[in-house]
Amino acid sequence: MSAFLERLREWQAAAVERLPPWWNRALAGALIVVGIVLPFFFPADSGFMNGTIIAVAYAVMSLGLNIVVGFAGLLDLGYVAFFALGAYSLGWLGSGFFFKLHIHVLVSPVAGTLQGVHLNFVLILIAAALICAAAGTVIGLPTLRLRGDYIAIVTLAFGEIIATLAVNGQSIPVGGGMTLTAGNLGISAVDAPYFPGIGSFSLLNLRPWYWLIFGILLLVLFVNLRLRDSRLGRAWVALREDEVAAVSMGIPLVKTKLLAYSVGAAFGGMAGAFFGTYYTEVNASQFAFGFSIFILAMVIIGGIGSIWGALVGGLVLGYINNYLIPDVLNDLPSHFGLHFQLTQVEFGIFGLLLVIMMLLRPQGLVPERRRKLELTAKITAEDAQLAEAPTGEVTVILPPGEEQA
Amino acid sequence: METTTVSPPSLPAAPVRPLAAVRRYVGEWGLIAALAALPVYYGVHDLVYGYQVSVAGHPVIHHDLSNLGYDFAQGLSNGAIWALIAIGYTLVYGIIELINFAHGDVFMLGSFTAVGMWAVFGLSPGMGAAALIGYLLLTLVITMIVTGSLNVLIERVAYRPLRNAPKLAPLITAVGFSFILQNVGLLWRGGSPQSVPDLIGVQQTVFTVAGVPIQRGYILVFAVMIPLVFAVSWFINSTRSGRAMRATAQDPEAARLMGINVNATISLTFLLGGMLAGAAGLVYALYETNVWYFQGFKAGLIAFTAAVMGGIGNVRGAVLGGLIIGVIQALSDARLGPQWTEAVVFGYLIVIMVLRPRGLLGEETREAG
Repeated sequence: MSAFLERLREWQAAAVERLPPWWNRALAGALIVVGIVLPFFFPADSGFMNGTIIAVAYAVMSLGLNIVVGFAGLLDLGYVAFFALGAYSLGWLGSGFFFKLHIHVLVSPVAGTLQGVHLNFVLILIAAALICAAAGTVIGLPTLRLRGDYIAIVTLAFGEIIATLAVNGQSIPVGGGMTLTAGNLGISAVDAPYFPGIGSFSLLNLRPWYWLIFGILLLVLFVNLRLRDSRLGRAWVALREDEVAAVSMGIPLVKTKLLAYSVGAAFGGMAGAFFGTYYTEVNASQFAFGFSIFILAMVIIGGIGSIWGALVGGLVLGYINNYLIPDVLNDLPSHFGLHFQLTQVEFGIFGLLLVIMMLLRPQGLVPERRRKLELTAKITAEDAQLAEAPTGEVTVILPPGEEQA
Repeated sequence: METTTVSPPSLPAAPVRPLAAVRRYVGEWGLIAALAALPVYYGVHDLVYGYQVSVAGHPVIHHDLSNLGYDFAQGLSNGAIWALIAIGYTLVYGIIELINFAHGDVFMLGSFTAVGMWAVFGLSPGMGAAALIGYLLLTLVITMIVTGSLNVLIERVAYRPLRNAPKLAPLITAVGFSFILQNVGLLWRGGSPQSVPDLIGVQQTVFTVAGVPIQRGYILVFAVMIPLVFAVSWFINSTRSGRAMRATAQDPEAARLMGINVNATISLTFLLGGMLAGAAGLVYALYETNVWYFQGFKAGLIAFTAAVMGGIGNVRGAVLGGLIIGVIQALSDARLGPQWTEAVVFGYLIVIMVLRPRGLLGEETREAG
């Protein structure tokens, strides 16, 4: 098996060598084109389109969490807080929920006559990102002195507090007889996205929804890639690998960590706002701890710290959760004479996936190169070349076990 | 022999940190002040404004502390259950620095096992006292064995292979196992809380102290908790295996070099923690008279908060933390409304993390810096 994999890797290396230097750009372009034309191959209101839209939105969240957990190494178990805040941004700014107010900015003619706050979806998206970035900073503050598991616990506590606030928000007045949230009743009748010239989106035709979330995904992906190679991205990785060393090299600890929280939170908020309008309601029961773990599972199964891993993990788990389990495999247990449906135990399935993944392939589906090396302790010739000192002094790094006596 | 004293080279004066005294003071007393805030506030409130009770159908305003005492009694007995679970967290964290997220769900399965055994033995509230106590003790032993073995099994499958992996890895398998066990519970007893027979009449008042009725449930909880805590303390402090546990917690590598079987010691720790969680599960089922597959998740978070509050790795701290969290919960349930309790408990968790990450009785650790 391993010999076969070895040969496969050789083939891959040989193939990559022969490709022209612009091939990965061409591949990216081709993938984007495939992504854009994908909806034309499926009915506009099919279950598959629905699953795809949700999977892409999950991938956006997964990319956001990957910045916090993957790049900066801050284990965040309360990511659901940003889903909640993003969704509530939409509920507050794009529905009749604050019924005493009459604010309309660039909305459809129908929504323009309704009471409440109605902003254009793009404005709401920006507002959601800003609100979540601010919240991420606040949540990050108490964790600055802490490390590892303790950060996980504080973020979890914040996630649960925000979920509790969402449920009990019905009894928190904000003036004029209006309340903070609608609790488990949900803020319903939220606006569908509207763009002048295109009109309002309708749930009977899912294609515009898909293109919208696909556009958000491309934006988030682009920001992620640029951030990874930026000064900030390298500072995150340095903090993750060794906090003391990084700080002594002059990396500003507070600013770098808080930026990780706020950037990650902003992406979560954007996906949250999209979910709010796509599900047509913002209900407090959506914001459970399990959701945080679900997103974390995407990052881990994809490969912690790897952008492509987070993307793949989000899409794979999104499809499993929204297409494979409910639409395809739901009746599987009944074929074995068991009296339950697979959707009942979906979190158990994710738990099992997490355990198996950690035991068998801890580096994830599409591992980040640095972490892969850490976990498999193999240094390839290419990396040895990278490690060469630029002045011409050659540093030879030998694989473990081959040190010269 | 001549001795020469060398005066140390003069160092530049340390920068004067403003408010250093205030910082130290807050670090030392801040948490205690935060913990005392709720009971003191409500105690003063009761004394000054009084609270309403109905005596023979007439509302009467009382100005005393027995209402607060009732909350305390309620909270301490709840807290004793959390303490039993928190010891499991603290032992495991002390020895392998892992937040065992699955621990709360082991506790939940303990409740389910106990309730299942009652059905097998045919226990009912009308039985004779001697037979009932005998069967309950038997159930306690069986439950503790089941949950202890389950915990050891989880360690063997999910944590031991990852002993040398990055620290995130076992934490993630722990979360994974938590979900698996929750779904086992879900398939076993369905998705909604189920009431179980009130075998011992938990709400019956046995005697009254200063206007506070002491119910059977309180006595039950402490009758189980106190001997178990003493047994665990004795085991850790006075037996050879206990010493091995403490040595492994301090330095696994050095312990191994001294001839301690580290893996066996870690298994033993999980066995102890699991057994205590099983006992807590039985007591919970008796005391609350209902069981639910989700009970373990909430209980696990509360107990973990308790362990952190007491100082993680410290058994006495876990017990103290459990009792304190129980009282906070009871006060919040009675005064603010149960829907806010979770937020209050987690709010306290964050306050602990900010003011005193090492907890009330804990040592400084690498993690909590």
